[in-house]
Amino acid sequence: MKHAVAGLIPCLLALTGTGVALGTASPGEPVVPLKDGAGRAVTAGLCAVCHSLEYIPANAPAMDRAGWQKTVQKMRERFGAPIDEAQARAIVDYLAANYADKR
Amino acid sequence: MKRRELLLGGPAGLFMPALTARAGAGGEVLEALPGKRALIRRAFRPPNFETPLAGLVPEFTPNDLFFVRYHLAGIPEVDARTWRLSVGGTSAAHPLSLSLRDLHENFTTVELAAVNQCSGNRRGLFTPRVPGVQWGNGAMGNARWRGVRLKDVLERAGIVPGALEVWYRGADHAVLPATPDFQKSLPLARALDESTLIAWEMNGRALPHLNGAPARLVVPGWTGTYWMKHLTELRLEPKPLENFWMKAAYRLPAAAFPGDQFPSQQTPDSKPITEILVNSLITAPLPGARLRRGHAATLSGKAWDNGAGIVGVAVSTDGGAQWRDARLGRDLGRFAWREFSLPLDTSRPGPLEAWVRARSRDGTAQPDRLTFNPSGYHDNIVQKVRVTIV
Repeated sequence: MKHAVAGLIPCLLALTGTGVALGTASPGEPVVPLKDGAGRAVTAGLCAVCHSLEYIPANAPAMDRAGWQKTVQKMRERFGAPIDEAQARAIVDYLAANYADKR
Repeated sequence: MKRRELLLGGPAGLFMPALTARAGAGGEVLEALPGKRALIRRAFRPPNFETPLAGLVPEFTPNDLFFVRYHLAGIPEVDARTWRLSVGGTSAAHPLSLSLRDLHENFTTVELAAVNQCSGNRRGLFTPRVPGVQWGNGAMGNARWRGVRLKDVLERAGIVPGALEVWYRGADHAVLPATPDFQKSLPLARALDESTLIAWEMNGRALPHLNGAPARLVVPGWTGTYWMKHLTELRLEPKPLENFWMKAAYRLPAAAFPGDQFPSQQTPDSKPITEILVNSLITAPLPGARLRRGHAATLSGKAWDNGAGIVGVAVSTDGGAQWRDARLGRDLGRFAWREFSLPLDTSRPGPLEAWVRARSRDGTAQPDRLTFNPSGYHDNIVQKVRVTIV
């Protein structure tokens, strides 16, 4: 059984100073312009390794900081996302500041 | 196994030519995937696309309008000619490896109509909002499924006493090796139910790639999470499957809902989602429609349940004080949905709100209020449509 994995190799567009590899935007994938803010690049880069980014705005109405904390934790612990603690903090801070619309 | 990889996230660019995204009526993005007409895009990778309301009007949902739901973005296009289904496990006496031709030639072929409904259908309508794919009404469809009984295949492999569950997986896979593979299980009794199929056809045609070709599991009456696509492996096992998809995902509070039990996967606090609850969908008139006074207008839609069978669909246009039974369409089988219709009184101008409540032969009926649960499952409340008569 052979799986082509070329598409899984994150594009090595390392961000200066952070060492963050950008995720795999696939052909035809819609560009999701995430809001400007601290942590945007690390969020976009790491989340897009496994999924397209519209999951972020789509879930904003259901999310507060605790919700994002739980989700990022799930991605790390359950799904094995290669996100270290400092990156996780940056991602949660970014999402809580920009995509936490739960009322 | 040799097969062509269609990675949604891959370099092949296979998705490029067919993409035609446009804005839908509700501000949603409609997009045609390969082999599909335009569906509502909830997420691109992994692909989660739902059927627009118009696609839920026919008795059988066309294959190219049937919803698409994946957890993981590695989606190989499996070659039906070389595909093999492995049937084994600790509780199998005679492990098998079957080709599609083996299934065709060595087992009885059967066909049944059944609703396939994603557990999270209508999650996006939940109050309060809950995380997950924000589905509207269209993560469901009704189709004729053709294949062989799972029971016949398992029995051919020899079911050893003590078998408890059937574990199974498909060819789709995660992007990262560390992500748990999408493997699910059924209680042995449900696996041996005569309605549970390994199907290679829907609505008289080969399964579309994005609906699980070359063969998928069909578990009528149970939610879509059990209907494994691109089926590759069946295992008879004497113990419960313990993984993320069984122990953490697709679970309900233990006491919250009716439905079949899944004893080997239950805890004091929670249980797996199992059966579809009695439900309905109004397909006409559309919300906000302006109906002409004195002109004929019909309320219509679909009603379905866990396979007990729909016995009635009641309609109220006075806020629930009085209810009238709608006319039921032809019976397509107990696991299929049932059409209903009722003429609307358009003699008085002004707003009109119609409420719809389906009843099942098992004694359940659609409730008035949503039972909250953290994953947003089982939104089967009374359906309402508001129109204006002008």
